This record gives sequence, structure tokens and C-alpha cells, in this order.
Amino acid sequence: MSADAKAQEQPVKRVLQTVGFDARFPNQNQTKHCFQSYIDYHKCINAKGEDFAPCKQFSRAYKSLCPNDWISRFDEQREAGTFPASLEP
Amino acid sequence: MNTVIVLLDAPEPWQIGFQDSATPGFEGIVALHDSILFYLVLILVSVFWILFAIINNFNSTKSGITYKYLNHGTLLELIWTITPALVLIAIAFPSFKLLYTLDEVIDPSLTIKVTGHQWYWSYEYSDMLAENGESIEFESYMVPESDLEEGQLRLLAVDSNLIVPVNTHIRFIVTSTDVIHDFAVPSLGLKIDATPGRLNQTSALIERAGIFYGQCSEICGVWHGFMPIVVEAVEVSDFFAWVDSN
Repeated sequence: MSADAKAQEQPVKRVLQTVGFDARFPNQNQTKHCFQSYIDYHKCINAKGEDFAPCKQFSRAYKSLCPNDWISRFDEQREAGTFPASLEP
Repeated sequence: MNTVIVLLDAPEPWQIGFQDSATPGFEGIVALHDSILFYLVLILVSVFWILFAIINNFNSTKSGITYKYLNHGTLLELIWTITPALVLIAIAFPSFKLLYTLDEVIDPSLTIKVTGHQWYWSYEYSDMLAENGESIEFESYMVPESDLEEGQLRLLAVDSNLIVPVNTHIRFIVTSTDVIHDFAVPSLGLKIDATPGRLNQTSALIERAGIFYGQCSEICGVWHGFMPIVVEAVEVSDFFAWVDSN
């Protein structure tokens, strides 16, 4: 398949984008970056509701950084009320 | 995409040099190695020069010692104190410079989560979530010797390669689920511990398409040697085609 044919098939502009540098987490260790983004997202939606668009930034951050296993474990802990941080806004 | 398989970036039997570099990071590592080797050769030659000169000139039958009362030489002591200090500085500063440069992950375009398991690697791409919100996830196992196809490398080939785009800043988030593993790909200048409960970050900017081989580099159990890493760098359009097909 030629490059032209491909371009015609996919006229949609694709963007490669991920969570950027955060001055709070300048180190190789990004564990807290994941955890804090997860907390920030849930604080955000608790304060503003699930549909509040600016919260999506936090959700993109934690989904990009946290292993999916961790996310499901955090979700379980949150539902069981054993999540080790306050999610009150 | 999988029809053309080029096996260039793999180790060779009895290889003593580096593999060909594919990232600026690894170029820096090779340059640092070469510059340190310059001092290493210089010190090696001068130490052995002095050693053989002393053996040759001051043996049991031939002794040139005439400085009977010499017990102090300020200039000589200054030289042999300051010179090694300068050599250490000349090695340390470029080393720190490279170390801190490699540590920077300023503006990545893609995040890939790498998880070590006993004894395989698994990869997650969550930047481009599908309609149902599911990220691309797969496991990568070594191809056992009995299943190898013509041209596949023993102990290095895996069933699913880690597909990445070229000329893209990629962030790797490396962790483990059981014991410490280590995600290492020499051609990309990657070597980072996968530690359970911790997310380690590193990055690569791959400058050419190719298949790059690596191995777990932290002893992690009986099959430590059988969990290789295969990074397949493809053009960005091919990468998107792969994303869409998953």
C-alpha cells in the first residue's frame, strides 16, 4: 500500500499526546505522580461532578501513568472505603 | 508491517563492543565510555612505564639509588596528588552531565507502561483509549526453542514485540508485580530497575526503525534468562495503523 493511499484512508489527524513534565515530580520515581493524579481526579469530580471537563486532565494523567492493576486496586479500595487518602474536595 | 523483519540490533556471539546506537542517549553513553577509556589508557601506560622502568633500572644487580638522604619531594608529591584529582574531575563532570541529562523527561508524546513479571514482560498503552475506555495491553513471552522459526533468535525472540514509533519522545513507566526485574535494551540506552510498588520513569527517542533486543538485567528467579525484551520501532503512520488494529 502506498503512502498516498494510506493518507486517503486515514484523513483523521492523529495526535500523540501524553501527560507532560510536572515540577512536583521531577525525579525518576513517578509513583507519587500516579497516586496524586488519581487523588486529584477524584477530588475534582467530587467537587465539580463527573462531567466537569477540566477534571479530565487528571484522569488522563493517572490513566497514562498508573499501571491498570493499580487503578483497579485503587477503585476497589475507594469503593470499600479503605483508600489511604482523603478524596473530599 | 510484519512482513519485513530485519534482525540488525541484536548481540553477536563473542561481541566485545557496543551494539549500534539508535537513540541520542546511547550515543552519549558511548561517547562517555570512549572519553573515560582515553584516561584509562593514559593511566595504564604511565603506571606500567614506571613499573617496568623501576624493575629494569633498580634490580638486585643494578642499583642507581644515590639519593641516600632523600625523604621528601614537595614538587613530586604535588604532582602525584593533583594529577589524579584532575583526572577524577575530568571523568566525574561529563559523567554527571550525562546522568542528569538522561534523567530528564521533559516533553514526552507517548507513555508506555512496562511491567515485569516472573518471567515475562507486559506492556500497556493508555494514552490512546479505545471507545470503551480500554487501553492496549499485552504480554510478551519468549519464543521457546522448539517453536523458533527460520531467522528468529534463540532466547531473544518474543511472541509480541513492543511496537513504538520512531522520532517520538517516549516515556517508559517501569514497574514489577513480584520481584525486582530490570528493563534493559542496549541499543536504546535503556537500563532501569522494575521494582514492585514503585514506578520508575525513563525515556527514549528512537532515531531509526528497527528491532532492538534486550534482556531482563536483574536476577529475578530461575527463568531470569528467558524473559527477553523486543522493541520494534516503526514509522509513526505504521504505529497508528497498529494501534487501530488492536
